[in-house]
Amino acid sequence: MDKKNIKKIEKEMKLANEGLPEKERSLFSDVRPTSVTPLNKYLEKFLNWARAESLWFLGFGTGCGAIELRPLMTSRYDVFRYGIAPRPTPRQSSVFIIGGYASMKTVKRIVRSYEQMQGPKFVIALGSCTINGGMYYDSYNTINRIDHYIPVDVYIAGCMPRPESLIAGFNKLKEKIKAGECDGMNKYAENFDWYKKNQKRVIKDWNMPDFNW
Amino acid sequence: MDIMIKILYAVISVIVATVYGLTLGGVVQKIYARVHGRFGPPVWQPFIDIIKTHGKRVSISHGIMFYLGPVFRFAGGLGTYLFIPVIYGSVVFANFSMAGDLLLVMYFIFFGQLGMALGAGEGGHPYSPLGIARGLSQMSTFELPFSLAVIAVAIQYDSLNITTIVAAQQGSILNWTLFTNPFAVIAAMISLLGMNMHSPFSLVLAPQEIPIGPPVEMNSSFLAILQTNRGLFTAAKLVLFMNLFFGGATNLLIMIVKTFFIYLVSVIVGAAFPRFRPEQSFRFFLKWPTIIGIISIIFIVYF
Ligand code: SF4
Repeated sequence: MDKKNIKKIEKEMKLANEGLPEKERSLFSDVRPTSVTPLNKYLEKFLNWARAESLWFLGFGTGCGAIELRPLMTSRYDVFRYGIAPRPTPRQSSVFIIGGYASMKTVKRIVRSYEQMQGPKFVIALGSCTINGGMYYDSYNTINRIDHYIPVDVYIAGCMPRPESLIAGFNKLKEKIKAGECDGMNKYAENFDWYKKNQKRVIKDWNMPDFNW
Repeated sequence: MDIMIKILYAVISVIVATVYGLTLGGVVQKIYARVHGRFGPPVWQPFIDIIKTHGKRVSISHGIMFYLGPVFRFAGGLGTYLFIPVIYGSVVFANFSMAGDLLLVMYFIFFGQLGMALGAGEGGHPYSPLGIARGLSQMSTFELPFSLAVIAVAIQYDSLNITTIVAAQQGSILNWTLFTNPFAVIAAMISLLGMNMHSPFSLVLAPQEIPIGPPVEMNSSFLAILQTNRGLFTAAKLVLFMNLFFGGATNLLIMIVKTFFIYLVSVIVGAAFPRFRPEQSFRFFLKWPTIIGIISIIFIVYF
């Protein structure tokens, strides 16, 4: 392939960032996420163990289920003993708990926060609303399935699942991470266009870069 | 050849201090949890956290200063530690201490924070400058009683060499600065509360107010460096206080016991009090500890 063609393909691979005003586009990155190949078998296994034993979740409650995160952190349920801790910033957290229904406005923030998290990152979908819409299935301003917008690793069913079930969900997530089955970050990178299409369908005022690294 | 052996010893002592500092962090987490009526994370949790943050697959940088921030911070911790003789009379744990090292150590204690301020500022997150403003103002205020205490100690022993200061306190428990110059120790211990940044002086990393403050944008390996430094720097500060005020240590076990109890002061205060507002904290440091610090100098010069 000659240089011209490579340049052309590279240009097509770049993100358009059409939501931003023209003069601001140069300020933002236009690279797409790329999938990362795991390290060699034993090192990856060791790191997966560490990732599973130190889960920092993002303190961002999106729906009613977020109320369950408070008892989790205090003396009644104390998730710290499982190596789980809240983190106030997406840059440092590795687990995102979607705490219930996600309205159109919240989806935008969810996408932004999810993309800002540094991989490997995991998503727990809490409550029926995130699985099939729950009692808001026909609402005009909530989405029905969160896994059309970001990849999900563990679902916890129930309309307001109890903190116990959240802990069970965390344990399930740990098992999956240790088995090396949680590859949401790569899944997101590989199906980036599909996720973006879905996101842009519901987020009407898209005034951010296409990929918020 | 001599310098090679010295470097080897320094590496060993840095590793020991880091491991000790991190374990101490884990133990303190556990103590806090028990006070809250929880089980708390396992003692080795800080190590797993560091491995995990190092094991992240991607990381985001915001520019050159962003890279240098954690490096400066770590250099601050390393510099502080490397110029303190940890164990009196030990060759391995003597580090690179020399005459006049107390001033150098004091400089290094504050060097890391300044470096971090530059680095975190480039992250561009609005909460980083807020945390930095709080951190630097608080640092200038608790530096005052600490410097006064150090001046009192320097006058008392007529030396700025930590090894000499430790040597002067040997023999009997009554030779410790704690008993020969109690005012200096009180002033310095209060400023240690601010240095350790437990409540009520946890203004800088206040997750509920200014989401984690300066390191809010730090991710992956950047954060791992900061976490490692937290272990080393805590150990360094505690060892310095042990040397200046509590008679130093002649072996590792005494060092561990003494530093643990010095740290426990911060922990007890931290578990008992809620967080100050910034202006309350600044006023506090400029009032009583400063007065006690001045008294300590007068005490040592005239009595
Ligand atoms: S599943 Fe129930 S509790 Fe959870 S967000 Fe939906 S309505 Fe609220």
